Amino acid sequence: MGGAKSSIGYVRTEMLGEKPPPPTSVGVIGWMRQNLFSDILSTILTLLSLYLVYSVLAGVLPWMLKGIWNASSLNECREIIAESYGEGTEAACWAVIRERFWQLMYGFYPSDMYWRPNLALILLFAALAPVLFDKAPRWMLVFSVAVPFIGPWLLWGGTIWTPVAAFLGFVIGFFVNRYVARATGTLAGLLAGVVAAIVWWLFLAEAFSDALASVLPLAIETVESRKFGGFMLAITLGITGIALSFPLGIVLALGRQSNLVIVKSLCVGFIEFIRGVPLITLLFVASVLLNYFLPKGTEFDIILRVMIMITLFSAAYMAEVIRGGLAALPRGQYEAADALGLTYWQAQRLIIMPQALKISIPSIVSTFIGLFKDTTLVSIIGLADPIGWAKLIQSNAEWNGIVWELYGFIAFVFFIFCYLMSRYSMYLERKLQTGH
Amino acid sequence: MKKTILLGALTVAGLAAGTAAAATLDDVKARGKLNCGVSTGLVGFAAPDASGEWAGYDVAICRAVAAAVLADPTAVEFVPTTGKTRFTALASGEVDMLARNTTWTFTRDVDLKFEFVGINYYDGQGFMVPKSLGVTSAKDLDGATVCIQTGTTTELNLADFFRSNNMSYEPVPIETNAEAQQQYLAGACDTLTTDASGLAATRAAFENPGDHVVLPEIISKEPLGPLVRHGDQQWGDIVRWTLNALITAEELGITSANIDELAKGTNNPEINRLLGTEGDLGGMFGLDKQWAYRAIKAGGNFGEIFEKNIGENTPLGLSRGLNALWTEGGLIYSPPFR
Repeated sequence: MGGAKSSIGYVRTEMLGEKPPPPTSVGVIGWMRQNLFSDILSTILTLLSLYLVYSVLAGVLPWMLKGIWNASSLNECREIIAESYGEGTEAACWAVIRERFWQLMYGFYPSDMYWRPNLALILLFAALAPVLFDKAPRWMLVFSVAVPFIGPWLLWGGTIWTPVAAFLGFVIGFFVNRYVARATGTLAGLLAGVVAAIVWWLFLAEAFSDALASVLPLAIETVESRKFGGFMLAITLGITGIALSFPLGIVLALGRQSNLVIVKSLCVGFIEFIRGVPLITLLFVASVLLNYFLPKGTEFDIILRVMIMITLFSAAYMAEVIRGGLAALPRGQYEAADALGLTYWQAQRLIIMPQALKISIPSIVSTFIGLFKDTTLVSIIGLADPIGWAKLIQSNAEWNGIVWELYGFIAFVFFIFCYLMSRYSMYLERKLQTGH
Repeated sequence: MKKTILLGALTVAGLAAGTAAAATLDDVKARGKLNCGVSTGLVGFAAPDASGEWAGYDVAICRAVAAAVLADPTAVEFVPTTGKTRFTALASGEVDMLARNTTWTFTRDVDLKFEFVGINYYDGQGFMVPKSLGVTSAKDLDGATVCIQTGTTTELNLADFFRSNNMSYEPVPIETNAEAQQQYLAGACDTLTTDASGLAATRAAFENPGDHVVLPEIISKEPLGPLVRHGDQQWGDIVRWTLNALITAEELGITSANIDELAKGTNNPEINRLLGTEGDLGGMFGLDKQWAYRAIKAGGNFGEIFEKNIGENTPLGLSRGLNALWTEGGLIYSPPFR
């Protein structure tokens, strides 16, 4: 029939062009109708929420934006506020952050050496890159091996030979393990390697580094742990805790599933004991109880003690998180690995762990975020983390009575770190997504 | 990290107890630094300034001891301790002395095996009320709501005071000093009670300090002073007589301004003995003749330290009161240097 005219006058013969949808269902208006005002209840809720958001912002924003940045004391701040906005105006006094910013960041760390923690942090990111992002070049793995030794050296200083000696311990352990394992068996090799490394660290490493230091004195100035403070302390504690508790947690989780009775009961006992005790108790043990047990004059660094406790604490949680991932794997995966003739470690490395860890990413990252925030508890045992510094700053006559600005700033910085961690975990989940 | 650390970690408990009597003085000299336990921040008493230098009334005692022993008032490692960790820090040897607003009580002295070497501040528990409440005496506080820090001696003192005066009160428990300020200002309680020096510090931080008054009644004795471990008398003597030297200096009119003049020799034998131009008092406890001269020079005499950190011209604005010299109606008194 084609373009033939219809004999019926009211029947249209050509197709009409597409019309845009009615303006009430597209664009901003359409989106709002659909999502905010779709019926009476949601309209009411929307209006209520808008009012709530408005009233919070109306209170907080002027307070923040009117804030004073240039003053040397709280009273001076108040005078400036009264002068510029009139008596009785509430406004923030950001001057305290401006004056004490470096203390909140680095504590008592000598200011001419700030580059050291900064460099350590940059190196840390370089070391993490090949681990976190698969696009990073492989040669960057060199950093991943070196930074665990270089980082602490940069922070604490001293002779370069101490980290070298510590690294050699691993090398020695590795070769002894290999040699003995070839001669006898895997387990004996593992034990011999560990023993050799410990013997080296305990009895030979110091003599080695002293000897080399006397021949070739390459050293940077030592900074005592006491000088660590502010966010630098929180980050140092958080990162060591995270980096050490993850492998330890994997080992504990595997140990808990082991068929060897002693290994299993040791792991279960450790996990249940640590999880049954609040972190603050462990911190008190580190700061108070160990002091009584150790011989007087023992130089057992308080920050090192705290690091160990935080690591043990989060390793126990990490073990349970990973065990959850292991439990979620179908039985068939284990059986398939056995059927392929893989050894235990091969099966774990190639089949079990990649899947189990992928399943547990959100919980692992939650544990990390929790651990990072828990580092603020060290202020209770007198270490000067950001919260401890807030108190130190408040106890200056000039800043006595300042509260919101300090805690607000600390919360803001913590938020940045935790938010980045959580975004990274979401990126990782998307990347490893293999379902449909 | 180091071998000593790992060895230490592996060594067992028993070894510790016996070595307590070791000479602290030798340790301090060998180390070249005095480890002094201070509070984790208390207005006027201990706080780091913008450049990270510690200052305050308690800090000045540490500096005086460091000046006497090590000839350098800056050779002090300040160890912030909390109310919970302070005594273990001292008992374990982590610090050599504690100058940290600690009340001298029987149990702390006897049971915890410490030695209070003297009193550098006579404090006592008081009350602060808003002026608008119209209360002029703590006896008028019947039925009041009281903001009080839990788990402290102040809580017990308060209960005793109200019971012995047949009055009732309603406690509003709070945890920290900062929380106390907020709660009190928000009107959660009629009155705030803590040590009088603490009340002064809190009041100084208010936007309108004039709207609040500290009531005249002091309901408890809180003698604060530096302390050391039991068992090392020589070290205890050094800290005690350093404090006494500061007090005696005020009594004899030795100030940081005229001390160099007086150190050349005077016709007052006690000044001469104190400043080392006559006799050798320092030699008796292992220091040199100039120890007291350096201690006084470090931050001035007792009165100067008081005025600079917590006195009437500071934001704290504390009057000498009980902390005046005995010759001026106070309780501060030093045995003679002879």
